[in-house]
Amino acid sequence: MNQKMSRRQPPLLILPSLAWFIVFLIIPIGIVILYSVRHKGAYGQVDWSLNLDNYKRAFEPIYLMIVARSLWLAAYTTAICLALSYPLAYFMARSSEGAKKALLALVIIPFWTNFVIRVYSLKLVLGEAGTINSVLLKLHLISAPLQMVDNSFGVSIGMVYNYLPFMVLPMYVALDKFDFTLMDAAYDLGATKTQTIIRVLLPLSLPGIVTGSLFVFIPAFGEFVIPDLLGGSQSMYVGTLITETFLKSRDWPFGSALSSFLVLFAMAAFMFVLSRQAADDENLRRAENTAPAPLPDTKVALHV
Amino acid sequence: MFKRRPVLVAYAGFLLFFLYFPLLVLSISSFRGGPTFYHWYRRAFSDPQLLLALRNSIAIGLGTTVFSTLLGTLAALGMRKEQFWGRVFFESLLNLPLVLPEIVMGLAMLVWFVFLNITLGLFSVVLAHTTFTVSYVTLIILARLKGMDPLLEEAAADLGATPWRTFSRVTLPLLLPAVVSGALLAFTLSFDDFLITFFTAGVGSDTLPLRIYSMMRFGVTPEMNAISSAMLFLTLGAVLTVFRLRKD
Repeated sequence: MNQKMSRRQPPLLILPSLAWFIVFLIIPIGIVILYSVRHKGAYGQVDWSLNLDNYKRAFEPIYLMIVARSLWLAAYTTAICLALSYPLAYFMARSSEGAKKALLALVIIPFWTNFVIRVYSLKLVLGEAGTINSVLLKLHLISAPLQMVDNSFGVSIGMVYNYLPFMVLPMYVALDKFDFTLMDAAYDLGATKTQTIIRVLLPLSLPGIVTGSLFVFIPAFGEFVIPDLLGGSQSMYVGTLITETFLKSRDWPFGSALSSFLVLFAMAAFMFVLSRQAADDENLRRAENTAPAPLPDTKVALHV
Repeated sequence: MFKRRPVLVAYAGFLLFFLYFPLLVLSISSFRGGPTFYHWYRRAFSDPQLLLALRNSIAIGLGTTVFSTLLGTLAALGMRKEQFWGRVFFESLLNLPLVLPEIVMGLAMLVWFVFLNITLGLFSVVLAHTTFTVSYVTLIILARLKGMDPLLEEAAADLGATPWRTFSRVTLPLLLPAVVSGALLAFTLSFDDFLITFFTAGVGSDTLPLRIYSMMRFGVTPEMNAISSAMLFLTLGAVLTVFRLRKD
């Protein structure tokens, strides 16, 4: 009995990180949730009486508008990234081993470069005196510079530019494991090209589609830097709202309530993918295919 | 293979062009418009505020690397034990920083530091960065450990090596490439981070990304092209090194 107990004992080596995660991750998030049910006092201090006003406030029309705008931004960013990535991931998966490696590196390298710098370089290209405008002006295709930043066009380009690798990679991981002879089998059995894609390729690459969409949708929903730098000052998104509530109006309880929603949202999506993955693993194994990489592994792979 | 799909090849080329063109424009413009090609680099590297930001970034990156490599290596070695009480909990903790929205991590840490009366500055940023980089380091080293032949360690033990000697003469040398690439990754992640730093750096401890961000809000200058390109080249160097290490 005693021996069995010690065999199940957690290894001492993980204790430092365990302690670190508890002190710098669990407790801070706990405090945010705690703050969210408090109230901002008259002098900006936190009043420790329990109430749910902050959550109610988040459902006021102005805030719902902001949530709706962010959802829309995240949704179309995800859709565009999905449409752009799928053919590329398919192409990568069907290339020779050497070409695969090279293409993979080419997709990952921009992802490694600093996020602010990527946004900045985009501004150099799209700006009023940017590359595109100067070329078009020189060719006399336009008479005045096109306005491509400080509006929603700039935000869309920025979002797609930034999030594209997040989508390509999980999609590639899924398609790379896909057995392409299944498609030949479908052809042989008389399926048309469209039928084969819809009935064979898409269902079997669904895990990659779901994982990639989540990688894009969740951070895109809370994004605030891209709208801030490429969208001008006109529109507010959830990320902007949270940042301003925390740093400008200093209403921490309300800001905490808003972020709690974001945490809940991310967790729910994560759980959904994990449960789906478990089911898909089973299906894929039956189809004699190897299981797709779990979500966090894919994220690490993006960085390695 | 390529010849059969001209449309797909062209399409892939177009997307890669979309990804690389802005970075190319950035690096080209950093060399142009001055009396010498390095003019703007010289200007950028003599701007005291940018230099301070660079120093802060490096200091934070090094601090983060030391902490997270230490914690991550230990945790990965601990995780070799297949079954223990609380393993699932610890695994979820490891994955949490990868799935939590960065903005939430940043502000949660801000709230906690203010609560604890920790002055916002370089130190608080190191604490925050270590929290999200430990996971990456641990997972990378763990992957290497899983691919390692356990027979080598058993052989060392059979030949009479003490556990410590087995570790220092067999396990550690085999693990070293993974530890180094984990450390490099931790440094790069820290050096590149914007959001978490944005929340946890106090006044006067701007890092390079923060400095570029605030300069960008006032417009585009040639010095910014230079400093951004310098960062770009630095990251590329780090990436290529990591790729090399992983090949071995």
